[in-house]
Amino acid sequence: MTQTLRNRPARLDEISLTPALEIDQVGKIFDVAGRQVEALRDISFSVRTGEFVAIVGASGCGKSTLLRLILGLDTDYQGEVRLDGRRVVKPDLDRGIVFQDHRLLPWLTAEDNVAAALRRSGLPAAERRRLVAEQLKLVGLESFARAWPAQLSGGMAQRVAIARALVNRPRFLLLDEPLGALDALTRLRLQDELARIVRHEGTTAVLVTHDVDEAVFLADRIIVLQPDPGRIARIVEVELDGQRDRSAPAFLRLRDEILDTLGVRQPLRDIATAA
Amino acid sequence: MSEVTLVPIRPARRITLPSTLRPVLLGLMVPLLLIGIWQAAAAAHLVAPYILPPPSDVLARFRSELEGGTFQADALASLSRAFAGFAIGAPAGLAFGLLLGLSRMAERLLGPIFLAYRQVALFAWVPLLSMWFGGGEAGKVAFIAMTAFAPSAVNAWRGAAAIPAPYRELSRALTLGRLDHLRLVALPGALPAILTGLRSALIYAWLATVGAELFLDIAPGLAGRLNEGRDKFEVDLMIVALTVLAILGLAFSQLAAALERRSIRWRNR
Repeated sequence: MTQTLRNRPARLDEISLTPALEIDQVGKIFDVAGRQVEALRDISFSVRTGEFVAIVGASGCGKSTLLRLILGLDTDYQGEVRLDGRRVVKPDLDRGIVFQDHRLLPWLTAEDNVAAALRRSGLPAAERRRLVAEQLKLVGLESFARAWPAQLSGGMAQRVAIARALVNRPRFLLLDEPLGALDALTRLRLQDELARIVRHEGTTAVLVTHDVDEAVFLADRIIVLQPDPGRIARIVEVELDGQRDRSAPAFLRLRDEILDTLGVRQPLRDIATAA
Repeated sequence: MSEVTLVPIRPARRITLPSTLRPVLLGLMVPLLLIGIWQAAAAAHLVAPYILPPPSDVLARFRSELEGGTFQADALASLSRAFAGFAIGAPAGLAFGLLLGLSRMAERLLGPIFLAYRQVALFAWVPLLSMWFGGGEAGKVAFIAMTAFAPSAVNAWRGAAAIPAPYRELSRALTLGRLDHLRLVALPGALPAILTGLRSALIYAWLATVGAELFLDIAPGLAGRLNEGRDKFEVDLMIVALTVLAILGLAFSQLAAALERRSIRWRNR
């Protein structure tokens, strides 16, 4: 336990006050068929160690692009993304990512997919095996270690992807609409699961989602983006203590507030809630 | 409708003869019918036997060739020639194709010349190869190897180049090195295409073996017997040789397909 939690707070109330991740006036322009399309404009916020930050917005507001910049997959942008004061120049094992499509390699079993993330860890083989087993257990799939991805349900595959993202004990867990492709029931179950796992691991998490409920349920802070170009509309502190009850008045109030910011009108929202 | 019969989507392999033999029997029906007509035509003296000998004569010839052991030797000569050419050409093509598929630089440097090479009909190389390597065994194997090279290279190239961008992105996110990327992502991802390429290479090698034996120096081999049949005007020998070529070719492609299926188990689940 002491080893797994080195340098990281185990619980929410240990959130550090020093920003670990800084997004500083970030802008991004894509060149689409000769035309300049501004995807992000003047994005600034910071994430403290141990914090769970959600980025919500309609599709096309550049939230996934922003996550790619944090991961270091794309370094051609304005402004700066800094980790502990240093500019991000490439992906590293201190950032684990879960994509919307589980992106498991279909020719590797569940455990080999998780183990693939440990290739650069420099750990001995026995230690790697132990970590893979431990991580699969954490996501409740220890009995599916030898299964092929094609044999797993969407939710199970996404759990394996979460295990893969966490197996290096990254300081940051980046989640790019990780539950977006799942059915509604599986999504709710995995939200609980994700909350438990992140708390257990004490990882700092950045979640990109268009599901406002999901953001309110999971995050300590919500960055609300608006599109064309993607920019920050609001930053909302989630001050819901302890258990997050999806039907508690405070929960619903906060959710409605954010939906209003996103420009979703009342009648539509009621229909969505009823459904 | 009181009883519901559950039909498995993928039934377990059954050993009962009727169901497994059915397609085989159906497939044999037309050839058997043709042989029957052929035999009948011969019996009615509709065709001169030196133009088209009756099936019974062909069968007799086949039997005598087998008893003399000559056909086994010819088949062995052809098969080993085909495998020798395949063993040289296919791996070389695989390596070349992977290089082109994985390195943008290699693709730009070598892609155009390879595509140009593909435009030249393979048999057009026969005169040049026979000058360089002679018309004997070396020349034949060189031609077969060259023939096996192309499909192996093309498919490996396509397969490696077609690794989906999300997988390449994953490789970067996991900070995999070149070798790990090759081993964990690129090679397995390209494997279906690689196997398709090797399968075509095997079939092409067999076709090229026939070509080499027909167009280069006479040597033991099934296609050599075709030449012999023409020279001696022995149509029965030619028909026997053709039939054996067809059967061996069929066995080749079945074997290759079976190997291909086994190699991609993750896909069959």
